[in-house]
Amino acid sequence: MEPWEEEEGPEVVKHFMYVNRRAPYGTIFAHECLEVVLISAAFEQDVSVAFMDDGVYQLKKNQDTTGIGMKNFSKTYRALDDYDVEKIYVEKESLDARGLTADDLIIPVEVVSTQAMRDLLGQQDVVISS
Amino acid sequence: MNRILHIVNKSPTDRRAFDTCFRMAKAEDSILLIEDGVYAAVANAGFASEVNKRLDDFSFYVLGPDVAARGLGDISLIDGIEVVDYKGFVDLVAENDVTQSWL
Amino acid sequence: MAYEYNGTVVEHDEEGYITDISVWNPELALLIAADENIEMSDDAWEVVNFLRNYYEEYQIAPAVRVLTKAIKKKLGPDKGNSRYLYELFPYGPAKQACKIAGLPKPTGCI
Repeated sequence: MEPWEEEEGPEVVKHFMYVNRRAPYGTIFAHECLEVVLISAAFEQDVSVAFMDDGVYQLKKNQDTTGIGMKNFSKTYRALDDYDVEKIYVEKESLDARGLTADDLIIPVEVVSTQAMRDLLGQQDVVISS
Repeated sequence: MNRILHIVNKSPTDRRAFDTCFRMAKAEDSILLIEDGVYAAVANAGFASEVNKRLDDFSFYVLGPDVAARGLGDISLIDGIEVVDYKGFVDLVAENDVTQSWL
Repeated sequence: MAYEYNGTVVEHDEEGYITDISVWNPELALLIAADENIEMSDDAWEVVNFLRNYYEEYQIAPAVRVLTKAIKKKLGPDKGNSRYLYELFPYGPAKQACKIAGLPKPTGCI
């Protein structure tokens, strides 16, 4: 096979959900999880990414990290679409509790109720949390 | 008296694992308390009321070796929480379709 | 390990990716390209510059299929296809071009 030829897709597609619950810079969890999501996107599985609790802070727009000497990886969430990761869910209750709305976020997301998030979790084959 | 500068570097809403676990769990789900999570099983602790009011909603389990390790073997745990050993832990993982750890 | 040119020393990792992306310049790119046996034609520069812009915008070095798709979107299907990119960078357009562009190893290359 030549290197530019596409490999065939996997025979079994599993539903993976990555659950983000931590704020972006205080710990490494958020950045690591984003990298894992991007890497796993290459395996052509059904990937969705959920944000709840302090995890919603990861998507806050207008992040500027120049003063703390860390990479502003919030820009990388905008590449999720290029990586064909299109199912992005944010729990409304978590936004509300932090005084945020979808307009405060760096990418378009699907804002879902707690009940809907609960149902989404129940539909996964694998849940990976950070 | 010395004046103290108190510094906080944690989000006030960080790591509320039980809040989220109780919010995201649904009727047929099970909740297993392990490691420091076992403190939620202590009958006389302030948090017990939070667990008690959910005993009808979810099946609660607590990992015995973690209870013993923390010296909690000699105090009463909440009635209705089933104590399991490592084999029981494995059985729970096998019986359920998916496992989610609220880190 | 390091690249050296005009008395300047630029550190790189064991695979040849420079460790401090802020020291990159076109002269260094030519040196890395020579190391990779890549001739920097206008077409090759176009891809390298595309990658640098992509990194600036998204803070990430894209995987090859993502790069291909993004180039297709911006420069059209004649350039946004694997064959064209592999002709320019035979050992992997994302890996080699990223190295020449002074970026980290692409995220999601397996």
